[in-house]
Amino acid sequence: MSTGWNREQIAARVAQDIPDGSYVNLGIGIPELVAQFVPEGREFIYHTENGLLGMGPPPSDEERDLDLMNAGKKYVTAMPGAAYFHHADSFSMIRGGHLDVCVLGTLQVAANGDIANWSTGELDAVPAVGGAMDLVQGVKQIFVVTQHTTKTGEPKLVERCTYPLTGVGVVSRVYSDLAVIDITPDGFQLVELAPGVTFDEVKTKTGATLRPPAGSN
Amino acid sequence: MINKVCPTVAQAVADIPDGATVMVGGFGASGSPIELLHALIDQGAKNLTVINNNTGNGEVGLAALIANGQVSKMICSFPRSSQSRVFPKFYKEGKIALDLVPQGTLAERIRAAGAGMPAFYTPTTVGTVLAEGKEQREFEGRTYVLERWLKADYALIKCETADPLGNLTYNKTARNFSPLMCMAATTTIVQTRRLVERGEINPEHVVTPGIFVDRVVEVSEPVHEDILIAEGRRYP
Repeated sequence: MSTGWNREQIAARVAQDIPDGSYVNLGIGIPELVAQFVPEGREFIYHTENGLLGMGPPPSDEERDLDLMNAGKKYVTAMPGAAYFHHADSFSMIRGGHLDVCVLGTLQVAANGDIANWSTGELDAVPAVGGAMDLVQGVKQIFVVTQHTTKTGEPKLVERCTYPLTGVGVVSRVYSDLAVIDITPDGFQLVELAPGVTFDEVKTKTGATLRPPAGSN
Repeated sequence: MINKVCPTVAQAVADIPDGATVMVGGFGASGSPIELLHALIDQGAKNLTVINNNTGNGEVGLAALIANGQVSKMICSFPRSSQSRVFPKFYKEGKIALDLVPQGTLAERIRAAGAGMPAFYTPTTVGTVLAEGKEQREFEGRTYVLERWLKADYALIKCETADPLGNLTYNKTARNFSPLMCMAATTTIVQTRRLVERGEINPEHVVTPGIFVDRVVEVSEPVHEDILIAEGRRYP
């Protein structure tokens, strides 16, 4: 039986890999938690698609401003030195390659770096894409955070995505409750196991070939 | 002397005809021109195509316009959210059409229309179903998708400060799509929390220059979508 990482621990592990001074966009869910685990001595500047660079933590009731939200439509604050701008400037930062890291949740991620995180393709569902397709194309590094398997035990790390794609070959690294895994030209490669988790367990729960860490046998 | 001030929201939206394409500023609740939307509900124009990032929340503002049967098509990036009930219901019943556009492409298509650029290439959607049927071209070894400008007959916009020439400033993230929409619509109608004299806005602080604005109406205490929803309000 494995222990693995909980949501906060996954977020904390992601934060370790973000260099000081990075401009970062965080998706909704576990990615949002990354902001709580900035390593000592580092500064990240957060971008939110709806027009704010320098996003701060949620406001107190007294601080709350109805005109100050993030892309998830939650109330936020602005840090000293923040800037507001319109949507075309915001997506110029994204598409123009000015942001360093984007952390996203997903439905599936494939061994070739494809990501599917906007639609399960069900015909009666209301499709919604938001800014995901722009983010995955434009931001320099795409980190994906996810539970390793679905609630019913299906792998979310797969050989090829079966859900509609958000982007092709764009993901660099995957952080799950079980492991950190790189996307390499040769597919998934283990970087690090969560505490109490074995390579064989991760391999079994991964829907594509998983190679051991570089330098090991 | 130029004076774009309009006395009431009702007069500001009076000439919007059936079948018009209307851009509506705002991202979720922030920047949503609720008073102009409610005036459009009172006015009753039908068969509208509406362009907004979302589809409104609760049963006020844009959601109320849809609930009132005035919107035949939405062009947006994210038509559902936790408080969005009207659009999903209408969509599943086949009462409203949806043109789904990625958020950055939506912004750039609107900007392009305002800037007089009929089309542009973007890396967004390459390899996805949203690129199907669109012209693609390689530049410097990377594939891009051709997207066209997105124009409108009217834009309904909320701002913080306006002068009689139509120079505008916004408040925080309530800015979002609004400056782009002001440029892209034939007729831009703005509700402002503060109407000030000509010269009171520092020219260095103007976000939307008045050339992009046609009508300004003062709404000094605008209601906010989130507050109306929390109070369980609906319109009409």
